[in-house]
Amino acid sequence: MTGFEAVVLTIVTAATPLLIAALGELVTERSGVLNLGVEGMMIVGAVTGFAGAQLTGSPYLGVIAAMAGGMALSSLFGFLVLRLAANQVASGLALTLLGLGLSGMIGEAFIGQPGLKLERIDIPFLTDLPVVGTILFGQDPLVYASVTLAVCVSRFLFRTRAGLALRAVGNNHASAHMLGVHVIRTRFLAVLFGGACSGLAGGYLSLAYTPQWVEGMTAGRGWIALALVVFASWMPLRAAVGAYLFGGALILQFHAQAEGIPLPSQFLSALPYIATVAALVILSRDRWTARNDSPSCLGQVFVPDR
Amino acid sequence: MRIELRHRTEDSRLMVWLSPLLALGLTLVFGTFLFAALGHDPFRALYVYFVKPLTEAWSLEEIVVKATPLALIGVGLALVFRANVWNIGAEGQYTVGAICGSVLPVMLPDLQGPLLLPAVLVCGAFGGMAWAAIPAFFRVRFGANEILTSLMLVYVAQLLLDWLVRGPWRNPEGYNFPESRLFEADAVIPALAGRMHFGTIFALVAVAALAIVLGRTLKGFEFRVIGAAPRAGAFAGFSERRSIVAVLLISGGLAGVAGIGEVSGTIGQLHPSISPGYGFTAIIAAFLGRLNPLGVLFASLLLALTYIGGEAAQVSLGVSDKIARVFQGAILIFVLACDVFIRYRLHFQPMRRPAARAEDAP
Repeated sequence: MTGFEAVVLTIVTAATPLLIAALGELVTERSGVLNLGVEGMMIVGAVTGFAGAQLTGSPYLGVIAAMAGGMALSSLFGFLVLRLAANQVASGLALTLLGLGLSGMIGEAFIGQPGLKLERIDIPFLTDLPVVGTILFGQDPLVYASVTLAVCVSRFLFRTRAGLALRAVGNNHASAHMLGVHVIRTRFLAVLFGGACSGLAGGYLSLAYTPQWVEGMTAGRGWIALALVVFASWMPLRAAVGAYLFGGALILQFHAQAEGIPLPSQFLSALPYIATVAALVILSRDRWTARNDSPSCLGQVFVPDR
Repeated sequence: MRIELRHRTEDSRLMVWLSPLLALGLTLVFGTFLFAALGHDPFRALYVYFVKPLTEAWSLEEIVVKATPLALIGVGLALVFRANVWNIGAEGQYTVGAICGSVLPVMLPDLQGPLLLPAVLVCGAFGGMAWAAIPAFFRVRFGANEILTSLMLVYVAQLLLDWLVRGPWRNPEGYNFPESRLFEADAVIPALAGRMHFGTIFALVAVAALAIVLGRTLKGFEFRVIGAAPRAGAFAGFSERRSIVAVLLISGGLAGVAGIGEVSGTIGQLHPSISPGYGFTAIIAAFLGRLNPLGVLFASLLLALTYIGGEAAQVSLGVSDKIARVFQGAILIFVLACDVFIRYRLHFQPMRRPAARAEDAP
């Protein structure tokens, strides 16, 4: 493997969890619900995924456990903000705080255990191709799943009737309600999808990226995924591009450290967070487009009156 | 049976005060199940967690020590949340406050005199304000979402602290431990009694001051109007931008004071873990206290109890100390859930079967 291949491979693996989590949140936000609990759902997904793989001996069952963990937490969020009409920002924060606590408690038994790794798939001949071989054909299954997911989410949102209904709910819930779309149910399903994706993204960290359980191992990736949705102006394919750019920023620091750049490691570690802030500022500067892109009912409470 | 929400014509005054109590009750029920699931006698465990710390002098003192930064940050957050600004980066402002406040005692340890401590505290406040000014500037100048920018800056602040105490500010006599030199006597906030220090008085003053500002002044009214109805505020001539900057600077400054107060009053030096997540727990304090300064004070004491109770449960029951975070998250979730009763009435509607409906039709 050449140096170039290694760099691209690490960027792809760093970008994949961001992409999966961002796609889930994108669908949730398109339905008009702002779930700030991505970080919490991710970390719970990371620990349930790791635990699932350890207890069953199969990393694939771990993946399912990770999605279930994220969904369990998101259903709690859905109940709060959809059935009880609670404030979405505060509920999302609550979800993150609860998720960080729960994951710490569940994970205590698994600290230091060597994990099961989701193996990379090698396709005979194709993987052996020069340069593009390992990059295109030698990744773990979730990398392929994430790219497929981006395409599917894009097709779903813009090419299907259900996707249209979901966007209608997010853009004008009162009108959608009058047209007979079940607003609360649509939003609940979108929230569940977001939870499954966040959980899966967390599971990717503990099953493929670094197969072990470390407390707080998401390290703000859930928040970066949230920023990524804004960055992508709620478009799934742009989210994919953004995820690889952010993945590059995350990986840059390791390569910069390896190259012996004379900067303290903490400065390099701060780069992804600073890059996120910079991206948000640059994108928000053009306020007209920013306002046009975001779903009009994002964060607004809907209580159906009969 | 179907449960529906029906709008109340007016917010329920009773539920405003009852809902936090209801939430605490639900948290205890949740705790019963949680401890039972962990294989402990739930009642003994809840006693160890929530009651025993209240029966001993040292743990009562420790509750006050931990409630101090929570109350300082929490009242600031109550103010910003009232103005509908979402500063969730108080942890970062706390950290930078601690760093800026430590500049004088760490870099000029020979500096002495009665003016040193005020200077240290002012530096801390300015540090917190400066860190909060970044999301404030980005929000009003570029329209960047303050939730994400303030949160990202938490990580940057923690890495900055980590670099300082492992690099340039490492104590030369510290045997290579990642910590700064100890503060000299004149830079330390004097003790009140035992572990409690004068920072607690600052917290009480901040609570009183913000209660007056929010409840009794035009400025406070302005913040609340801007938060509740920005358009109405604009017609009244209130500047939304100025409100956003003002509330962010105030809450950042308070978080900065909390940071330097903790370092100077309780710890005595900088090290990488100067906060067990006070900046995030204070968000819970703000909501549990109904975004009301006096309420935040009580909520801070209660959340301080969850920290102490967590330590107690770890020592005498052997459960993970992460349980404190679980309880704190659960409290916030239950508070938010119970708040539904303030604005809505629950209406129980018997489910009609579709068959019955067909018969109704003519």
